[in-house]
Parts: sequence; C-alpha cells; structure tokens
Amino acid sequence: MTDYDIAIIGGGGAGLTAAIYAARARRRAVVFENAVTGGQIATTGLVENFPGFPAGVDGFELAQSFLQQAEKFGAELRYEDITSLSVGPDGRFRLQATESGVHTARAVIVAAGAHYNRLGVPGESELVGRGVSYCATCDGAFFQDQEVAGVGGGDSAIDEGLFLTRFASKVHVIHRRAELRASAMLQERAFANPKMAFTWNTVVERIEGKGQVEGVSLRNLETGATRTLPVGGVFIFVGQLPNNALLRGLVDLDDGGRALVDLTMRTSVPGLFVAGDLRTGAARQLVSACGDGATAALAAEHYLEEEPATHG
Amino acid sequence: MSDTREVTDLTWEADVVKSDLPVLVDFWAPWCGPCRMVAPIVEELGQEYAGKVNFFKMNTDENPQVPGKFGIRSIPSLLIFKGGELKGTIVGFRPKSDLKKRLDEALLA
Repeated sequence: MTDYDIAIIGGGGAGLTAAIYAARARRRAVVFENAVTGGQIATTGLVENFPGFPAGVDGFELAQSFLQQAEKFGAELRYEDITSLSVGPDGRFRLQATESGVHTARAVIVAAGAHYNRLGVPGESELVGRGVSYCATCDGAFFQDQEVAGVGGGDSAIDEGLFLTRFASKVHVIHRRAELRASAMLQERAFANPKMAFTWNTVVERIEGKGQVEGVSLRNLETGATRTLPVGGVFIFVGQLPNNALLRGLVDLDDGGRALVDLTMRTSVPGLFVAGDLRTGAARQLVSACGDGATAALAAEHYLEEEPATHG
Repeated sequence: MSDTREVTDLTWEADVVKSDLPVLVDFWAPWCGPCRMVAPIVEELGQEYAGKVNFFKMNTDENPQVPGKFGIRSIPSLLIFKGGELKGTIVGFRPKSDLKKRLDEALLA
C-alpha cells in the first residue's frame, strides 16, 4: 500500500497533464492506466489539431512524450485497473488496484475518459478481430484492396474512414442521418476522395460472415428497404460512452453519465476532481482534455494546501 | 535478456506446430501503437512462464501466410497453441492481469 498526495485515474491527455503539474508541485503523484498510455489518442494516427505541431504529430508518439515528461518530474505510472474508489472516515480516498492492492490518496483526479460504443447488432461481438474493428489505424492495413464499411458520421468516423482509403479499395460510410456531423474540413476531404462512398439514412442490422466478416445487412430508415453489402471489414465509430463506473453513486452525473464539475473540475466530493472526456460539457479534444488536467491538478494542489490538518 | 523470439512463416512449423511446450504468439506490426504497449508485457510474461510456455512474436508486415491462415484482422492478437492446436485468442490490448488469466485458461483447455 502506498499513500499518495494525488492519485490520477487514467493515463490519457488529461491524466498525464495532471501528472506533469502535480509532480512539478512536488506532490507524490501516481497515474493508474488500465490499457494504453494516451487513451484514445494512442490509436489516432496523425493528430493535426494539437497546437505546436503544424505538420501533425503521431498520436502514440505524442502520448509517449506526455508520459516521459510526467515521469521526468517524478510522477509514477502503474499499468493496472482501479476497481473501486471510496472515501474513508478520515477523508482519505481508498483505491483498490488489480495488481498492487489498496492505495490511499489525499486527492483524486479521475480522468478515465470514454470508450467507443458498440453497435450492438448480431455478428458484432463474434467477429471482433475477424473483420470487425474499432480502430482503423490499428487494423486498416489488413484490408489492402478490399471494400470495407465505416459506420458513423462524426469526426472519428470520417477521419478513420479517410485513413482506411490508404489501404481499402472502397470505404462505404454507413450513416443513419442524411448528413455528416464531422467538421467541415473533414467533410470536404471525404467528399473529394474517390474511394469514399456514402450510404445515407441507413443502419447496420447485422454483420454477416462465418469466421470472418463477409458483409453487412443494411436497412434504409426512410424506405425500410434492406440489402446486404459485401465487405471484408466493418469499422465502427458510433459515439462514446463515459468510463464512469468508479463515479456512480459517488458524485453527481449528467444525463449522459458524465460527472458534474465546476470550472476548476471540482465534483460534489471534496478532494475529488474529474477531468477530460469524463466530465460534463467536455469538448472531447486532446487539447481541452490536457487543459482540464492542468486545471484539475492546480485545484487539487490548492485543496491540499487548504486542507492538510483535517487529513494529516 | 529476452525470452520472446521472432517466428516467421518459414519457422512456424518447427517453432509452433511441433513445439513440445505450449506456445504464445504475439502478432504485431511496427505501425501499431497498442502493439508497442503489449510487447513489454508479453516480454514479462515470457520470463514468468519460462520453461512452461514458449513465447514468440510475428511481424504481420513481413509474414503474410500465417496471419492469413488464422484470419488475423486486428493487432495486437495473441494466439495460444498447445500440441500445435489453437487453444485461445486474445484480440487487442489487455492489462497484464487479464492476459495472465486468459493464458492460464487456455493452458487448461
């Protein structure tokens, strides 16, 4: 068991930035990461909207440099999951970790982010890794000269769809609305790309294939017409769900399951902060997540300065 | 010291199919971020299971045949073999504790 000043749950942009600030304040800080350092950014090929990188920057490399910076200033990183978070009678937080047991902390910043939603259709879970994917940059190269489907119409759907055109002979964007939600620049690129095809007002009802993906069954929402589109891969980008399991019952959440925080990332629980995609109103951008992390770490530092006697 | 060796399309038969010990193969590629995260964990497991399980990695860019045969479409993918037969598949990045659990299950299968 280790007693930390500030425990940070989640090693994406928000969590790693919070760690840089906490460590530079000479606080004993730890980051718990249950998967890949960088969170969603780690599987983003090229990040083009992070200031300071006019030529873009590889998401995984950027996340690694966040981590190096946090570790250089003395933050600790543990690759494990936190399965429960509670407040003890002394006001200290208790964190149950999967590998190293129980730890305590005087302040906690939860920056656990969000995970991609599943479609929830037959065939999806059976064919994950067999043509069903949630990460174009991870798996796109396996679909050289094949036709694939990309489901969704937001930024990530279009960005990853464009990435897939490097490999696939055709990328069919399946979207349940008649227009995209993606940013104007991404839309311009998508419509100008001859490998991108658009199927509007349509949902995927079933993913077909024995052993690997062979096609998708589609239904047009306006006409009700159904058809099967033969594809070798299905890339699913249909929104995100907040990773709020630790927060439920502990802090107030909005209707979307994101934590209610004030402008300094404080929650309804003293000493508990939420930063990044998991907080209400998040812009869901790397740069704003990093900003949240800095804000939360400064607020946690302020909290530790104000409250030492009651927690000593 | 690394306990995880490279296996290729050419050495597959000897290293995996005919192995006396169970085998775990980590399918990866240099451009895959999550693969770079899973690699050090596979290395650690390779040391922990030394003498019980042989650990290999296969670069899917350089070896088209084996990944094609097993229909690998996502990496990292970890495949576990016993007596040359596929006993378990783990797709995507997982924390070490989860990998260990799945590996132990596959060894009992």
